[in-house]
Amino acid sequence: MDDSILSNVYILGGIAFVAATVLYLVSKKFAVRTDEMVIKIAEALPQANCGACGKAGCADFATACARSDESSFANLYCPVGGAAVMQKIASLKGYAATDRAPSVAVLRCQGSCKNAPIKVEYDAVSSCRIANRISSGQSGCPDGCLHLGDCVKACKFGALSLNKETGMPEVDTRKCVSCGACVKVCPRGLFEIRKQSQAGGMVYVACRNKQKGAVARKNCSKACIGCMKCSKINEVIKVENNLSYIPPELDADTFGKDLAENCPTGAIIYKERIHD
Amino acid sequence: MIKKFTFPMGGIHLAKHKVTTDCPTVVADIPEFVSIPIKQHIGSPAKIMVSKGDKVRVGTLLADADGIVSADVHSSVSGEVTKIEDLPGASGYEEKMITIKVEGDSWEEDIDRSEDVEKEINLTPEEIIAKIRSAGIVGMGGAGYPTPIKTTIPEGKKANILIVNGIECEPFLTADDRLMVEKAEQIIMGARVLNRALGIQNAVIAIDENKPRAIEILTALSKLYVGVNVKICKTKYPQGGEKQLIKAITGQELPLGKLPIDIGCIVQNVGTVFAVYEAVLKNKPLFERVVTVSGDGCKHPGNYLVRIGTPISSLIEQSGGLDENVHKIVMGGPMMGNAVVNLSAPVTKTTSGILLLQDGEFTKKEASSCIRCGKCALACPAGLRPFAIKQAVSFNDTVEHMRKLHAGDCIECGCCAFVCPANIPLLDYCKIAKQEIRKK
Ligand code: SF4
Ligand code: SF4
Ligand code: SF4
Ligand code: SF4
Repeated sequence: MDDSILSNVYILGGIAFVAATVLYLVSKKFAVRTDEMVIKIAEALPQANCGACGKAGCADFATACARSDESSFANLYCPVGGAAVMQKIASLKGYAATDRAPSVAVLRCQGSCKNAPIKVEYDAVSSCRIANRISSGQSGCPDGCLHLGDCVKACKFGALSLNKETGMPEVDTRKCVSCGACVKVCPRGLFEIRKQSQAGGMVYVACRNKQKGAVARKNCSKACIGCMKCSKINEVIKVENNLSYIPPELDADTFGKDLAENCPTGAIIYKERIHD
Repeated sequence: MIKKFTFPMGGIHLAKHKVTTDCPTVVADIPEFVSIPIKQHIGSPAKIMVSKGDKVRVGTLLADADGIVSADVHSSVSGEVTKIEDLPGASGYEEKMITIKVEGDSWEEDIDRSEDVEKEINLTPEEIIAKIRSAGIVGMGGAGYPTPIKTTIPEGKKANILIVNGIECEPFLTADDRLMVEKAEQIIMGARVLNRALGIQNAVIAIDENKPRAIEILTALSKLYVGVNVKICKTKYPQGGEKQLIKAITGQELPLGKLPIDIGCIVQNVGTVFAVYEAVLKNKPLFERVVTVSGDGCKHPGNYLVRIGTPISSLIEQSGGLDENVHKIVMGGPMMGNAVVNLSAPVTKTTSGILLLQDGEFTKKEASSCIRCGKCALACPAGLRPFAIKQAVSFNDTVEHMRKLHAGDCIECGCCAFVCPANIPLLDYCKIAKQEIRKK
């Protein structure tokens, strides 16, 4: 009786010992050597794994930082962590911190239910991607917001919400980390990541409609009609296919107010400070 | 008993709603203005040959085919070109269109307008194809693939059989049915013209069993001509799909990614065959077609012979107008058609029907979650797993994954969405997957 219990203990104990030895040896032989630096950098990162930095995730970004030299480090930037995190990583590496003007996502459309009234009802799947395939949309503007919120679903930082009354997605500028998920997902390319000016302001054309002025205005009161008034204020502004685009280089602090006041339809949005 | 043919995999039985079967085709009013898109086919848009202010007649060439995969576009009315610009089509997206203000109705001289059926064919295959090309004929069943390409047999291939598709398996639509009843002899002549162009003596007109008049007339007539036969198919959706029809008629499986000609088959819609007859033997370009205006929200459903470019609203007016019961307007059939968001959009070469639908059987319902019943996979005639494709699309999976699911082989029949008890619009997802695959 006792004997059989003992022999079981010996046999199983023996197996356990052999297995443990094998596992130990294997883990030694195939050990993944992680760089101390990578671990330290990863600890400094926000661990949002959003891909906004252009890498596959925070671990990948940390590896890239660890392996970078002085010049390639200048090209790496984590928009989520911002200047504070980059400062930390820079001091770990002993390089100068990269600094970027803070940016934020802006919606280039003002086709709300008020400005661009609904003419036909859409009853299919609640997805902008599908709606974009089926038709020009409820207001008739073929380039305008479809109000179905693909962008809201795509934003991992809760910076976007759909305003029930206007139907428009709204950006919470304090939460937006400029990861660009909304830019990628919107089938009509309505989002843009734009840099803020010195004073923290911004000026942009909130319309992407390329139809002729009269046609565009029929569907939406805030459409850009391609009148060229803005391009006369500063010639870096180009009007092509009845649509104006203000390049981000243009100094919003100097020209913003003038531009917004002179646009006859109100397509140009100027904010003195992005965080109001 | 007569043998009835069908395809073995998937498919569904739909309520037919063919209320206009016995409505003779009436000539629709010519509107004041027509807007004719320069791209009504698959391929590159035609090159515009007229300018603003030009006077045109019925049958005048407006735009010339640009390259091989393209088609000529002709004027459907006589009058003056008033506008050449981008106008919203049925989906609301803009297309280049030529707008003509109608004045009178004078036709190009060489069009033979007599009612007599022409029976002499003594053109060579090359001449026939040239005439089809200069008449701007495209597949009128819906796809709009230029017919001359389908009729020209590529080097090293051989045609064995011409299948004339008279199936029209979508509910409500009766345009092809009426054409077969009213223009039976012309269709047979058209099939013979195509036989000659293809160098074969073997045309099969496939008709589904819910069209007894067409079957009767065409069977009797086909006995008088060599090389034209009628075969009856079971009524099942999508019997009219190219792959499904080839399987039913020849027993051959069209391998994935192959064209019908690779297995010796050519499939042409009856409307196209009729247009071929008119082009080759009557010199008439494709500028009008039969359109069914129907649906449970339509007051006076009917079949109309419509000039291309006629606004949809004008056709709706003629069949009793709109009222508040109409929930949705569809161009084409209720299964494969597209919602119309702009009523000023024109009828094109591929418009088989305009349906005014009330809220009900064919309108979309609130979707819930997939319950994994597998009904969609059973119904899919292409043998796909629509629920998996839907999942891949909603989870933004890679294109490779969508390809592994063979989403590119979806024939967009909509059987899956129709049977789904959770009302998931599977077809919309499949279309997106196809689009993603094509983009890569
Ligand atoms: S911005 Fe783009 S993704 Fe967001 S709701 Fe509008 S159309 Fe949809
Ligand atoms: S001034 Fe306004 S409407 Fe005129 S082109 Fe510039 S943005 Fe468009
Ligand atoms: S629409 Fe596509 S996936 Fe759905 S049943 Fe038809 S072929 Fe299959
Ligand atoms: S039919 Fe609808 S519920 Fe059933 S498996 Fe397919 S998608 Fe899911």
